[in-house]
Formats: sequence, C-alpha cells, structure tokens
Amino acid sequence: MITAFVMPALYIGGLATLLAVIILVAERYLMDYGEVELTINDEKKLKVKGGNTVLGTLKEHRIFIPSACGGRATCGYCKVKAVSGFAELLPTEAPLLTEEEIADSVRLSCQIKIKNDVAIEIPEEFFRIKEFHAVVDSIADLTYDIKQFCFRLVEPESIAYKAGQYIQFQAPEYGENTASVYRAYSMCGIPKRNDCVDLMVRLVPEGIATTYLHKHLSAGDEVTFTGPYGDFYLRDTDRRMICVAGGSGMAPIRSILLSMSKEQIAIKEPIFFFGARSKRDLFLVDEWWQFEKDNPGFKFVPVLSQPDPDDNWDGDTGSVVEIVGKYVQELSEAEAYLCGGPGLLNACIGALTKMKMPEERIYYDKF
Amino acid sequence: MDSTGPFVIFFASIFTGNILLSNFLGMCSYLSVSRELKTAWGLGLAVAFVMTCTCAVNYFVYHNFLVPLNLEYLQFIAFIIVIAAFVQLVEMVVDRVSDRLYAALGIFLPLITVNCAILGACLFMVIRKYDFLQSVAFGMGSGIGWTLAIMALAGLRRKMSKRSRVIPALEGPGIVLIVTGIIALGFLGFSGMVGIN
Repeated sequence: MITAFVMPALYIGGLATLLAVIILVAERYLMDYGEVELTINDEKKLKVKGGNTVLGTLKEHRIFIPSACGGRATCGYCKVKAVSGFAELLPTEAPLLTEEEIADSVRLSCQIKIKNDVAIEIPEEFFRIKEFHAVVDSIADLTYDIKQFCFRLVEPESIAYKAGQYIQFQAPEYGENTASVYRAYSMCGIPKRNDCVDLMVRLVPEGIATTYLHKHLSAGDEVTFTGPYGDFYLRDTDRRMICVAGGSGMAPIRSILLSMSKEQIAIKEPIFFFGARSKRDLFLVDEWWQFEKDNPGFKFVPVLSQPDPDDNWDGDTGSVVEIVGKYVQELSEAEAYLCGGPGLLNACIGALTKMKMPEERIYYDKF
Repeated sequence: MDSTGPFVIFFASIFTGNILLSNFLGMCSYLSVSRELKTAWGLGLAVAFVMTCTCAVNYFVYHNFLVPLNLEYLQFIAFIIVIAAFVQLVEMVVDRVSDRLYAALGIFLPLITVNCAILGACLFMVIRKYDFLQSVAFGMGSGIGWTLAIMALAGLRRKMSKRSRVIPALEGPGIVLIVTGIIALGFLGFSGMVGIN
C-alpha cells in the first residue's frame, strides 16, 4: 500500500532531481561569461562579472538606476544609452522605447545582458543615487489610512535631494511576502534637514509595501531605501505656480512649497488645490492655514468631492479640477505641479490645457 | 504498434490532424501572439523546435523509464517535468550561442512550457503507440502545423486590421475565434486525404 505511493513518488522525485542537476551544471558552464569590462560615460571603467543585466550588475557595484517594476520591462524608468558591445533590440524593450530613442541606442538596462566588454552612458544624477540604511524615528497618523513616517539616516548620514523627488523603499520578506519589493514614495520633508527622510504613505488594500509600513513597522526598526530619484522638482522661474494634489500626493508638493524662500513665494504666488472626498480625508489643514498666514501670496484651497453632512463643510465642493477653473482663468504664463492618481492627473492635464497652459509647463508625478 | 509510415504521419499532422485546428490545443499563445507576423513566426519556430525535441526525449523517458517501472500512469507529471527542464536548457544554450536567435525567439521559450500543444503531442504519441521515428515525425509535423496555423491567422489579422470593419463587440478575441473556427472548417476539407486519428 505504502509502496504503491512511495516508490512512484521517489522515482518522479529522482527524475526531477536529475533534471535539476543537469540544469544547474549547464547553467554553471553556459552562463559563465567570466570577467568583463564595463565602461561608463567614457571614463569610469569597472571590472564586472558577466552574464547579468546592466541594471543588476550596476546595482551590485552600488550604482542605482531608477526602476519601478524591478526588471519586468513594464515601467521604462531604467533607460540607459548602450554605446557598444550589446546585442540587438529585444522584443520586450521595443514597446517602451520611442523611435528616436531606438535610433539613439537607448535601451532598457533591465533587459540587456553584459556578455563581453561593453560601454554605456548614464546621466550624471544617477551617480548621486545611493542605498540608505535608516531607523524609524516616528510614525504619525495623518488620516484613517495615511501615515507619516520619519526615517533617521544611519549610513550614509545625510542625503542630498531636490524637493519633490522620491525614494524607492525596500519592503523586505515578511509574513506572506516571499521576496523583497521596492516601491516609490515621495519625500515630504525639506532637503535642508538632510539627516532624515519623511514619507506620507496611504495604506493600499493588499498592498505589499504599504501593509509592511503600516502594520509591521514601529519606532526603532531598521529600514532600507535607495534614492533620490525623479524629475518632479521646482523650476526656478518667475511664473505663477498652480499645485494640485490628492491624498498622499501632498508629499512632494509639501516638500517643494516648504523649501521655497519667502521671496520665491511672493513672486510665484503658488496656489495649492488639495482634493479629497470628505473631511476625514483632509490632513495637515492647520499647517497649511498657518503657512498661508505666514506667506502672503500663497493660497490653500481644500476641495471636497463628497462631504459628509456632519462635516459642516463650507469650503469648495466638487471635483478639484472644476474648482481650479474657479480661482484661475488665464494660464498661458503659469506652470503647474500635479501629484496624484492617474484619474486625477489626466483630468487635470486636460482641464489645464483647455485653459491655455502649454503642456511642457505641466509637471507631474504619477503614482 | 501503428503501421503508418513516418512521412505520412508527418504530412497528416500538418494538414488533416493539425494539432491546433483539429485538436484545438495551444490556443492561448496562438490567440495572443498572432497579432504580428514577426512575433508569430518567432513563436512558431520555437514551438516547432521544442515539440520535435520533446517528443523525441519523452519517447525515451516513457519507454525506457516509465514502462519498465510500471509507472505509465505518471506520464503527465514526467512529461511536464521533462518539457520544463528542456525549455530551460534550450533558453540557456540559445542565449549563449546566438544573440539573433535569442532576440527572435528567446523570450517565447518560457511561454512554451505551458503550451498544452507540447504536452498534447507527447501524450498523443503514447496513445497512438508510435515508434521512435513516427514520434519524431509526429512532433515535427505537429510543430510545423501549429506554426502554419498561427502564421495564417497572423496574416489574416494583419489584412483584417486594414480592411475589415468589425463590430466593436467582437473586436479582439471574439472575431479571432470566429475566424479560427472558419479556418478549422477549411482544414476539415483535407480530412479525406489521409487519416491518422
């Protein structure tokens, strides 16, 4: 009886083991490309182990290329210029590259493998991206589903970033999560305080990283993240500034506004539209009213789309996109900073372009 | 033991007993990858190659490992394990040996492990009691037949995207399935030629 089950299981197990051994041996011999030379920007020469992707290899050498999807060829953040030594374009890269990029040898670093001596070009900012080890300093509730986290840096001790940029936070293996994942969160503090990083994170149902942050972290825990990344920062112009955000999208906007000098605010006259559903989704409102008092020229406009009757809301109601039109009309000389989900962003961009704002002056940070 | 000659089996498995159009195996990747001719060709080549080789390898696994140990009933598991391992090996070899080939069909190889037509071909060869040459002919023919079917559909879809007006409700999988059914009916016309079922 037992023999009827055990023997066949052993035989199949044996077959599977034999095949696994064959694959492992083959991998050791076939995938051994030896040591090759990687040249970056025509100056830095690194001796690297061949066979891995550019993204993975650079990570091992402490050079971090932005990546949101972790090598799955879906985000398109990891573009680098492949100067020489690489194979032809892969079908997985083609959908994410424009024709000009392809003509310019731009490739996805998560897809191209280093099999021989190669040369690439990456923007200088990428060298400033580092991996940080920090300790949780404090966790505060902003709303029923948004928390603010303050991480005090341990190693390196300080971070140099532009207000509005984001970091990639590493949620380690925990509970049912069997591999570590990286998720992007914007920093909401001011760059001057360079020994700590503040994040605003909304708990996403079934979200791997947000669940880890909300439910498994407490003061004193160690965290790891890479950064800074992103092109969402203040443009140094004299133009009128329109800011729109929803939910945790307030983070980069707060970072930008709080880092501006009083003169800058007086010249640019920023107006910040914050969209939420009902009063319980609003947070840091008192801080913004105080900021308004301290900085004439700045205006804070919270907008609720579905206020509860108990809220006794006497402020603006409706979609934040409509309310923008109520406060500003002529936008051909202004610039906009948007941060929120795709729905809010697309609606805003549509409304702003209708109000004559040129698309290249609309800066946004999509979730 | 089936007494049909290997060449007959080869031709029959392309036309009259087409593994996709007559037996409806391997439909998922067929439907999703038939959008473009170039990728359809890459996938078709990969399927044909893997099908031929795994039929050969699984023939040995069945007759020299499962049968002597009276474990024929484990053919599903054994075949799938061998197919998965084989595909892994092929991917490594192709990646090492030829960048062009890897760019053409490398990314499809993991997709093929779960292609039911591959497992189906191996199981058919057991059911029909083919010997080694017949199995290889069958595998090769089925693979080529699958490639023929996906290339035909890819070409049709390309023409359709330029000239046909499809009602919105049927756009995508709807019209593709209907077209596949019509092609299958057409292939049914070959059935009198030579039978292997």
